[in-house]
Amino acid sequence: MTRSIAIVSTGTANVASMEAGLRRAGAETFRTSDPDQVADAVGVVIPGVGTFAAAMKHLRETGIDDALRARFRSGQPVLAVCLGLQLLGRTSEESPGETGLGIVDLDVVGLPEGATRPQLGWNEVVPSMPGMVECGHAYFANSYCLRSEAEDWQPSHAHHGDQFLAAMQRDRQLACQFHPELSGAWGVALLTRWVGAC
Amino acid sequence: MLTRRIIPCLDTSDGRVLKGRQFREMRDVGDPAELAARYDATGADELVLLDVTATTGERPHAAETVRAVRRELTIPLTVGGGVRSVEDAERLLDSGADKVALNSAALVRPKLVTALADRFGTQCIVVAIDALQVGEKWMVRARAGSEDVARDAISWAAEAEQLGAGEILLTSIDRDGTRSGFDVALLAAVTSRVSIPVIASGGAQDASDFLAAFGAGADAVLAASIFHDQDTTVGELKRTLAACGVEVRP
Repeated sequence: MTRSIAIVSTGTANVASMEAGLRRAGAETFRTSDPDQVADAVGVVIPGVGTFAAAMKHLRETGIDDALRARFRSGQPVLAVCLGLQLLGRTSEESPGETGLGIVDLDVVGLPEGATRPQLGWNEVVPSMPGMVECGHAYFANSYCLRSEAEDWQPSHAHHGDQFLAAMQRDRQLACQFHPELSGAWGVALLTRWVGAC
Repeated sequence: MLTRRIIPCLDTSDGRVLKGRQFREMRDVGDPAELAARYDATGADELVLLDVTATTGERPHAAETVRAVRRELTIPLTVGGGVRSVEDAERLLDSGADKVALNSAALVRPKLVTALADRFGTQCIVVAIDALQVGEKWMVRARAGSEDVARDAISWAAEAEQLGAGEILLTSIDRDGTRSGFDVALLAAVTSRVSIPVIASGGAQDASDFLAAFGAGADAVLAASIFHDQDTTVGELKRTLAACGVEVRP
């Protein structure tokens, strides 16, 4: 059966690319701003473009923030991409005073001084243990990142100026600092594994 | 470690890919979606799609071309040409772009760069600069090279960064389509003034030109003629660069 994945509409993201990527991975998709659909979908994607404050404001106004927190608590499948990963944190240096979803007890920080910012391009991802994420090159487009690891999540790392968190996985929940939908055949394979787990 | 990027460029008009020389003498080189699929398959790191007649013709970028290209691509797509508002950018992102490139509109209304960066993040906003050498300096040309705006290209690049651009796409009009190598002096002058990534464009011929561009601080290199005419493939070029010690995505 084809799985229908909900993509959270944030009004700031490259949603068409995410749709194309998920279709390649064998899924159907729909866009939603409805918290009930976010609660009930077999899989939910938090896509990746925009600023931390703009995205959180949208999630709060629509009530999707609480629907997402409930999904994370219950272990339902979620894929959070780029900014989506950062929204799982508590705060971000990008938007001082704004609070994130607080799924993990980590704060989003800027990439180190001296490293080109934003990081735009392909970087090597190395998982700490076998999981959905395999070794390979992924496409990044970010100025901010998580530097440390969250309890109960399997980390993968990359290096830009310093080591940072490239991805983290907890069972069927996957958060990627890179864009799997823009990461060539390697990214399609990763999306296919996540869709298969939904 | 972050790898250096090779970016084929599709200059489009009315749904076809064109290529000229010094922004003139345009010839038809193919279908955008077909070329996009070929470049994706041969190892391109990104693709840039520029509607070269959108601004001069005063009409918006064809969203249909963007959608057709997106369907073929598993890599990032930057779209430019005729972007004049936040709504234009939103429509392109909604059609399959991952980054939007601003050129003429940013010169007329610099605050547009900031408005787009605030909305979509700096990593989404590319400022494209078409530079023409005039004596010892490089001057910015707007509207696909047709209009002199009396601005120094180096200082405009620095200002674009301050406004919120996440990347500079720097094209030497003098070298465009000539295969005489990148304007390395222009490139070095810009990369030493800005800290955001710079894409070098205009004049690519062979691997030694790409090495020179990376040596002058380019994070990425854009080329059109050599790929359209199948002088080389992205994969072949990358293998040569890797053998020369450049970090590229395999």
